[in-house]
Amino acid sequence: MDIIVCIKRVPQTSEAEVKIDSTGKDIVKDRLTFDTNESDTYALEQAVLMKEKFGGEITVISLGEEDAEDTLRIALAKGADNAIRIKAEDFDELDAFQTSQILKTVIKDLSYDIIFAGCIATDDAYSQIGVTLAELLEIPHAALVIDFDVNENRADVHRELEGGLIEHLDISLPALFTIQTGINEPRYASLIAIRRAAKKEIQIIGKDELQQSEFISNSVLEELYVPPISKQVELLDGTAAESSSKLAGIFKEKGLV
Amino acid sequence: MSEIYILIEHRQNEIRDISYELLACGRKLAEEHNSTVTAVILGYNTEKIVEKIESQAHKIMVFDNEVFKEFNAETYQIALADLIQKNNPFLFLIGHTAFGMDLCPALATQLNIPFTTDCLDVEISENKLRVVRHMFDGKLAAKVLLRENPSYMLTIRAGCFPAAESNLKTEIEKLDSLVSETPDYRKFLEYIEAVAGDVDITKSDIVVGIGRGIKEQDNLAMIEEFAASIGGVVACSRPIVDADWLPKDRQVGSSGKVIKPKLYIAIGISGAFQHVAGMKGAETIVAINKDANAPIFHEADYGIIDDLFKVIPVLKEKIAEL
Ligand SMILES: Cc1cc2nc3c(=O)[nH]c(=O)nc-3n(C[C@H](O)[C@H](O)[C@H](O)COP(=O)(O)OP(=O)(O)OC[C@H]3O[C@@H](n4cnc5c(N)ncnc54)[C@H](O)[C@@H]3O)c2cc1C
Repeated sequence: MDIIVCIKRVPQTSEAEVKIDSTGKDIVKDRLTFDTNESDTYALEQAVLMKEKFGGEITVISLGEEDAEDTLRIALAKGADNAIRIKAEDFDELDAFQTSQILKTVIKDLSYDIIFAGCIATDDAYSQIGVTLAELLEIPHAALVIDFDVNENRADVHRELEGGLIEHLDISLPALFTIQTGINEPRYASLIAIRRAAKKEIQIIGKDELQQSEFISNSVLEELYVPPISKQVELLDGTAAESSSKLAGIFKEKGLV
Repeated sequence: MSEIYILIEHRQNEIRDISYELLACGRKLAEEHNSTVTAVILGYNTEKIVEKIESQAHKIMVFDNEVFKEFNAETYQIALADLIQKNNPFLFLIGHTAFGMDLCPALATQLNIPFTTDCLDVEISENKLRVVRHMFDGKLAAKVLLRENPSYMLTIRAGCFPAAESNLKTEIEKLDSLVSETPDYRKFLEYIEAVAGDVDITKSDIVVGIGRGIKEQDNLAMIEEFAASIGGVVACSRPIVDADWLPKDRQVGSSGKVIKPKLYIAIGISGAFQHVAGMKGAETIVAINKDANAPIFHEADYGIIDDLFKVIPVLKEKIAEL
């Protein structure tokens, strides 16, 4: 069973200060750390679990700049067999729709039974790429998958809905699935595997090598800004002892504890 | 400008709240631009649903057929693609929900309609459509312009357009759908309900929510002790459940539980909108987080910007001293 996993390298912004750069359309990246997008690590792990069960090859693919190769190498170390980087630097700004189209032009010629993608990228947070890609490839899909297995060329899928409700589906392969976090326990790559992966070749595809050169965009980002504050928080400052005393006082006054 | 269509989301015979919000969003835009709102319902035995949204839209279009009993992105896509191609609405709105995320990108792509997802606000001027979205863990907002086109499709985030009363005169049209059976390539089997655990976090007046800031599973003991000392229960954000440190029934948020306690203390939680969706109804919200820019401070009544490992032990003592 051949599996393709779409992965993205993203800045880790949940604990960092995020600043808008001089173009007003992107963030200042030099002081941020980058890692594999969270749900993509679960997508990759699911691919490795399926490979362990059914055999076949895993190809990881990323449309990214050169440093995306680090992310691809980690995937190789965790069990992927082949890695492809499509050179993002060959394109101007790309929106999610263009990204899906570019991925499609490369993936359509690869062998696959299953395509996995993360359900959301934590940087731009669109949740579009996977489902759009499925439509472009004209294969079935399911988004937000939290349990996955295969029986006789059909996927047995749990899709996560609101409130923890699960939708149980039966989907014919080939198909694409966007993977939600928590579906499995992503493994760490061993040091030996990392060393081995460092020597593996990553296939690099430039814009000129694609069968298509124009990719229509759905949207352009005009500006980034700091969202206005909807509710004014009362900050309790001082040392931990001081802020804690203030908070304890408020709890008492309001009869909360 | 031609019409605004909104897709009614329902599940297990109940209309989802997002549907009323989409109707409110549609009516607001229709009023601003002299247009009309059409609610589209795909379902089976839809009388109750139609009744509930009557007067909320200018028109309701109903596809009542057993194939639409459960949501299925593939059957919905076939029926809606046909409808949109025939009627060319200016704007088609879907909820940014598990349902909308599964449907919108495929449907819009099939129709070659520019679309975008997770929109907090929509602006229309001279046929140009702009939306506001959040990015980078909710720390920045973006204004996004869609490719100019006679029709557009968007998914709208829950909680951005409050549901409202309305008394429009509603025309109801019943339509026959192209699809009469579920395609073999995607079959709905069943819903599986979430399993209940030992603690019902929706029943407690005091809930202490813990997030990824706790770093390690062993550190949870400190939070358990703190919560017990103030008569509260421990709940959490999604990563804590993903890591199997706490069971799923402790998760607060859109894919977890919605809670409305008297007091919610968010500790080491950044305040992603999916989390906030589950706790914004708390009477008093306290946030303890070392990142002054964490979006949770936009939701909180009281905030402490500090290391939780310093604050929690001291706070426990200070409360005990009261
Ligand atoms: C479809 C979908 C559904 C989802 N449903 C849910 C849901 O129901 N519930 C939910 O919670 N999430 C949900 N999520 C995930 C959500 O988007 C966020 O990823 C998640 O809420 C982040 O959890 P967190 O705040 O604990 O972690 P992070 O975002 O990583 O934040 C950790 C926070 O801890 C702070 N911190 C770190 N160390 C310390 C310290 N020592 N002292 C004080 N503060 C510290 C950091 O500053 C940061 O703000 C969903 C996502 C998707 C795509």
